[in-house]
Amino acid sequence: MPDLNDLKRKIVESQLWRSMFRHDYSDTPRNRVLQIMANVWLHLHPPKIRRHAIRVRFTWCMGGITFLVFLVTVVTGVILMFYYRPVAEYAYADMKYLQHDVPFGMIMRNMHRWAAHGMVITVWLHMFRVFMTGSYKPPREFNWVVGVVLLTITLLLSFTGYLLPWDQLSIWAVTVGTNMARATPLVGSEGPFGEMVGVTSRYDARSFLLGGTLVGPPALLRFYVLHCILLPILASLLMIVHFWRIRKDGGISGPL
Amino acid sequence: MAEEKEQEAAKPITRSGDKPEPAVPDRVHVWPYLVRNEFIASIIVMVLLTVWSITIDAPLEEAANPTQTPNPSKAPWYFLGLQEMLVYFDPWFAGVVLPSLIIVGLMIIPYVDINPKGNGYYTFRDRPFAIVTFLFGFFFLWISLIITGVFFRGPGWNLFWPWETWDPHLVVAITNVDLAAWGPFKWMGNPKIFEIEVIGFVLIALYFSTAVAYYYLKRDRSDAIRQLGAIRYGIVAFLFLTMMSLPIKMFLRLAFNIKNVWVTPWFNI
Repeated sequence: MPDLNDLKRKIVESQLWRSMFRHDYSDTPRNRVLQIMANVWLHLHPPKIRRHAIRVRFTWCMGGITFLVFLVTVVTGVILMFYYRPVAEYAYADMKYLQHDVPFGMIMRNMHRWAAHGMVITVWLHMFRVFMTGSYKPPREFNWVVGVVLLTITLLLSFTGYLLPWDQLSIWAVTVGTNMARATPLVGSEGPFGEMVGVTSRYDARSFLLGGTLVGPPALLRFYVLHCILLPILASLLMIVHFWRIRKDGGISGPL
Repeated sequence: MAEEKEQEAAKPITRSGDKPEPAVPDRVHVWPYLVRNEFIASIIVMVLLTVWSITIDAPLEEAANPTQTPNPSKAPWYFLGLQEMLVYFDPWFAGVVLPSLIIVGLMIIPYVDINPKGNGYYTFRDRPFAIVTFLFGFFFLWISLIITGVFFRGPGWNLFWPWETWDPHLVVAITNVDLAAWGPFKWMGNPKIFEIEVIGFVLIALYFSTAVAYYYLKRDRSDAIRQLGAIRYGIVAFLFLTMMSLPIKMFLRLAFNIKNVWVTPWFNI
C-alpha cells in the first residue's frame, strides 16, 4: 500500500510541481506574504493592510463587487458572442436561438443582462460610499475623476448593449436615447444654433453615433463594436489606472 | 521589482518601531483576512446572480419594427431620470447640458471640496453641506426621477398609478403658458430686445446673482467662504443653482403650468 504522505512528498518535490508552485502553503507569516506577493492576480494587494480596510461596514465591498460583476459580463458576453450576429437580418433570430436552442443559452443571456444592470447599480452604490466617506479628498482626487469616467463608460456599455437584441424595446429605447444627441447645441441638427452652423440631420452628432439618420443596420454594427471592443478596452485600461492609484494614494482611505 | 515596491510599502510599518514579523496591531495580513472577505463576497454575489438568472428571464419583445412606435417609448431605466427631465426642459438642456454638467460637476467635487474633515470615515456633522447637497441630488432628484419614469409613466407620458391600466387614448388637456404670458408678467407685454425676451433674461440673471450677493455678504463673516475663494465658490454656486433649477422648474410647471421661463429664437429655458 503506497504511503499517502510519501506520495504527496514525491509530488510536491517533483520538478513539475516546483516549477509551477514556488512556495509551500503552510501558514507562516512568510507564506502569508508570499501568497500575495508571488501571485500575479493577487499582488495588486499589499501584503498587509490597515485593519479598518477589511471592514465591510466601511467599504461595503462595492468596488470589488463592481469589478466582479464586470468580469461576469465579460465572460457571459464572450460566450454569447459565439452565437450572435450583429446584422439586422439575423440579430433577433439569434436571440431566439440563444434562448430556446443553445444549451444554457437562456441562463447565459439572463446572467449577462442582470450582471449588466447589477453593475450599474453597484457602481452607483460604490460612488455613493466613496462620497459618504470623503474618500475623494486629497490625495485621492484624481482617482475619483477616473471613477466618474468609469461610471460614464459603464452607462455607455449598458446603453450600447441595449440595442443588440434588436427587439422593439431595443431600437425604441436607443432611439429615445440618441434623439438627445440631435439636440446638442452647435453640433446637433435640432439644437440651438445648429442650423446657423450648417449642421444637417444627415451629418450631426446623432448621425455620427448612428451611422445614418435612423437606428438601423449601421447603428447595430457600430454599437456592437463599441459594446464589445472599444468600451471594454477603455474600461479595462481605466480600471487598471483606478486600482493602481488606490495603492499609490495609500490604500483604502481611513481616519488619519 | 515587486520586492522593491513592497519594501516601500513596508517602510511605515518598520518606521513605527514595531517588530516587522507579526501583524502590527493596526495592520493585518491580506492573506487570509482581506482575501477571505473578497472570496465570501464573490460567492454570495455569484450565487445571487445565478439564482436570479435562472428564475427571472431577461425581456425580449417582438422583433424590431421601425414603423411601429410603442407608447410609451421608454429609455433604459438608468436614463429615465434624463427622460423624465424632458417633461420640464427642452431636449438640448435636459438631454445634453444637464447630463454634461452632472458628469463635469461630479468630477470637480474633489477640487472644490476643501473641507479637510470627513476624509476616511462616516460623518454628517463634519461636512453637512456636502452630504445634504449630494443626497439631494442623488436620491431626491436622480433616483426619484428614475422611479417616477419606471413606475408612474404610461402612454403619452401621462401619470398613472402603478396599478392603473394604461389607457393609450387618455388625453390630458395641456394648458401650459410661457412665463411672459402668465399672471403678473402678462401686463408687461413681453418686451423684447433684438427678439430676446427681457423678463426671462432678467429673472435668470437675478437667480444667478443671488450667489454673487451671498458671496459678498458672507465673505467677511465666514472662514469657509473665504478659504474657498472666488473661483471655487463660483463653480460650486453655479453648479448648485443649476441643479436647483430642476426642482424649481418642476414646481413652476406643476403648480402654475409654466412651460418656459425664457424664450429666445434659438433656445428656450
